[in-house]
Amino acid sequence: MSENLPALIVFSPFFAALLCPFFHLVSKELGRWTAVLFTAASLVLSIYQLVLIVKRGEISYWVGNWMPPYGIEFAVDSLSAVVLILICIMGVLTMIYGMPFLNRDSRRTNAGYYSALALLVSGLLGTTATGDVFNLYVFLEITSLSGYVLIAMGEGRGNISAFRYLLMGTVGVSFFLLGVAFIYGETGTLNMVDMAGLVGPILSSGTTMLAMVFILLGFGIKMALFPLHGWQPEAHTNAHPGADPIIAGLMVKIPAYVMIKFFYYVFDANRSQVEQLIVLIGIMGSAGVVYGSLKAMQQKDVRRMLAYSSIGQIGYIAIGIAVGNFYGLIGAVLHLINHSIMKSGLFFASGALKYRYGIVDLGKIGQIYRRMPKTMAVMVISALSMIGIPPTAGFFSKWYLALGAAEDGAYVYIALIVVSSLLNAVYFFRFFEFLFMEKETEKTERHPKQRGELPWQMLLPLIFCGLAVLLLGVFNPVFVEVLSSVIMEVTG
Amino acid sequence: MTETILALRPAIAVFISMAAAGVILVIGDRVTANRREAVTIFAALIKAVCVFSMIPRVLTGEEPMVCLMEIADGICLSFRADSAGMVFACTASGLWILTSVYSMGYMRGHGEKNQTGYYAAFAMCLSAATGICFASNLFTFFIFYEILTVATYPLVVHYRDQKGKSAGRKYLLYTLVSGQLFFAGMVFVYVSCGTLEFEPGGFIGESMSNDQAALAFFLLILGGMVKAGVMPLHSWLPAAMVAPTPVSALLHAVAVVKAGAFCVIRLVGYTFGPDLCENCGAADLLACFAAVTILLASLIAMRKDNLKARLAFSTVGQLSYILLGVSILTPESMAGALYHIVAHAFLKITLFMCAGAIFVTAHKSKVSDMRGIGRKMPLTMAVFTAASLGISGLPFMAGFVSKMSIMEGAAEKGEIFFILTLAASALLSLTYLLPVGYAAFAGKKVNPEFASADFSLTGEADLTMLIPLIATACISVALGIMPDLGVHFMELAQNAAAAVFGEV
Repeated sequence: MSENLPALIVFSPFFAALLCPFFHLVSKELGRWTAVLFTAASLVLSIYQLVLIVKRGEISYWVGNWMPPYGIEFAVDSLSAVVLILICIMGVLTMIYGMPFLNRDSRRTNAGYYSALALLVSGLLGTTATGDVFNLYVFLEITSLSGYVLIAMGEGRGNISAFRYLLMGTVGVSFFLLGVAFIYGETGTLNMVDMAGLVGPILSSGTTMLAMVFILLGFGIKMALFPLHGWQPEAHTNAHPGADPIIAGLMVKIPAYVMIKFFYYVFDANRSQVEQLIVLIGIMGSAGVVYGSLKAMQQKDVRRMLAYSSIGQIGYIAIGIAVGNFYGLIGAVLHLINHSIMKSGLFFASGALKYRYGIVDLGKIGQIYRRMPKTMAVMVISALSMIGIPPTAGFFSKWYLALGAAEDGAYVYIALIVVSSLLNAVYFFRFFEFLFMEKETEKTERHPKQRGELPWQMLLPLIFCGLAVLLLGVFNPVFVEVLSSVIMEVTG
Repeated sequence: MTETILALRPAIAVFISMAAAGVILVIGDRVTANRREAVTIFAALIKAVCVFSMIPRVLTGEEPMVCLMEIADGICLSFRADSAGMVFACTASGLWILTSVYSMGYMRGHGEKNQTGYYAAFAMCLSAATGICFASNLFTFFIFYEILTVATYPLVVHYRDQKGKSAGRKYLLYTLVSGQLFFAGMVFVYVSCGTLEFEPGGFIGESMSNDQAALAFFLLILGGMVKAGVMPLHSWLPAAMVAPTPVSALLHAVAVVKAGAFCVIRLVGYTFGPDLCENCGAADLLACFAAVTILLASLIAMRKDNLKARLAFSTVGQLSYILLGVSILTPESMAGALYHIVAHAFLKITLFMCAGAIFVTAHKSKVSDMRGIGRKMPLTMAVFTAASLGISGLPFMAGFVSKMSIMEGAAEKGEIFFILTLAASALLSLTYLLPVGYAAFAGKKVNPEFASADFSLTGEADLTMLIPLIATACISVALGIMPDLGVHFMELAQNAAAAVFGEV
């Protein structure tokens, strides 16, 4: 039974996506809650899976019992298990969160939305769990395509943003595919574990180097690593507000996770050729950190400010990858988890602003905390976490990143972390100034029949993220404990 | 059950006011003002009980310690009530009760808005301050240091106008930058030493070379220097005077600036240790900055017409007494420095509370407008004058005890310049504070508003403001006559200094 867990977890939302349109013929509620239930099932299974892995070690699943190098493997270790849980949680929360947004839409729109969202979750799960590089491409494409759909469903400039993302994203994934093809040519296998064993002797060959560069470019585009981030601000700003939390919070993180997997577990990071590329990742990340924070300071639209902020935060993960020792990678992984929660929390809150008052402009949020206290409380806590104020989660990932950098002697990264925290403080306190000190502006209540601050479907994810930011911070040693064996495999 | 509670007292003292802050935020707008303030008073009493009840144990040399949980890989979120921490904690928790009562009078007398946020932020600040007192390692210390920064911001920008905004920005600029540099320094120390636990006499020892130690010291001390208002990093303090007076009174005369001074004490005495500070030249540099600040601040204070601004610069100067005492690196001066935390806290809070009472009752903020105000508010002005004498170091007031101790330490080391600095600043304090008292009771050129008042108590400030300020003044006198009265502050200070210098 336990060997089937990875497949069950990955394909459960997939089935939901297939069933959704049919169930929507019956009623909106049935269709939506099908998606939620199947994803929740994945969540329960993924928690069970983590418990099993902590007790017994990695779980592998071979599709159809075909063994590599011909069969497709799903290989889950404790790191992937944690990421899978994260994806399931965010999936369930976002599905629930989006419901009030779509109440006024037709059943067809609902069907399309929830199918796409379920496919997105399934794709993310598959990307994380798979142990086969071509399978990875397939799931990446599933993720991307459903992402394009959800972005295009946003009002206004959603279509154009989605199209831009489609162009750049396809270029990226194609680069990845090319890289995969080269490596396959050199090693004859598509299985990651096999590849790790075979790639050693051929690392210095031109083909392999080129393959690694292509893979880097591919993932760089998908994770919005500076300067490959061009699609991201538009996409995250204009996506459908119901889906934005998972798109902005999670969709760019999974390629970062896969990058860690590739450069540390498939390619041996100790080899000089790979090291050079990792240093490049560090440089791109550092540039992104500064660029993202500076651009965020200039924005008037809350969502665009958050989008540019993400470019900076992805930079932190890249710095952690570049540092590469135990604390560096722990910092990168923790930041991956923490930022997903923080950013999703912020997008849940900004979506709530849009839902009730149609507000996206910073100039219009004056005194709004009086009417939406819980929303703004979550936003304040998440903002403090992004700046890195203890004891929120954001502080602890920065601590580990800085420790890793110091142990490595890479003092530049410490300086960058310090400077960027201050830059983050600038635009988030600017946000606080707008919120607490500006006068109240004219607002139209879009849902006058709403009792209380927000529908429970929107409050639940909000409060979950707010609490999670604090709990992930305070209980971070638990994560370090769970992840340490996997990380130590590659850092020694 | 009682065993656990007793053992957990340091942690309870820290978190009770954090809990209170949460409660106030959630229910504050929905209950009557008195019920909301009751939460504050209740939490303040519990905190004071927890803190004061640990004094007997701390005096015997025991240090109640609580390790709550592992907060980062290999680092504990732990609290230890040692002598130095107790000095600061007793002061802060005792004064919180008095300032809360005073706040009620001030905020209501002034018809202030946003009172819920005010009381909640206040409670959070006290939680952070207590956390700073009892933190047993640099990491826990930093956590609460940053919480203090964030919690004081809403108080500084309380009035939410343009002045508040710019004061807030200035405050954040100074505190966040120095906080991040502190973070970098902490990373270096941890990587070099493998631990961050405070040890009397320092824990760094041989793990860092003199140069590395100097760099780490520089990064860490800036955090302390900014909050302690050492020049040239002091300008946030006068700017922050735009906040309501109770905020200035407790936070900027007691909690925030004392946290900065305490940070310096923890760094010099418990992280680097006196020997390392001497060897890497840090102590000398710190002493210079402190001496310059003392003199310059006193000179600037003389030129300020706004009473709160004058008191702000006085604070800047007085805080550097503490830093000077620490950097002289003798047990007597360190004990004097710790005791000055107490002495200055009570004296300065008295002065600020008087200033606030004047503002609310007579609506005056400039010294030049206060000629003859003693006719209307004789008690307040008498107290103000007494406290002014105390700040200058007049015998039989608390300020004298600490000054003498620091001077003793300076004399032991033959540092004549510092003795002269301390003497000079005493005279300068008289110059900028006594004129206020003199003008209040002046016979000529009286402000027409007060000419008709007749020294009776009818025009005086509200009792909720009057009683706290008389109380703090009396305590200052009591502590001047008997430094060990009640809480044994002097003994605690001397024990701490002895531990730091290894003379147990």
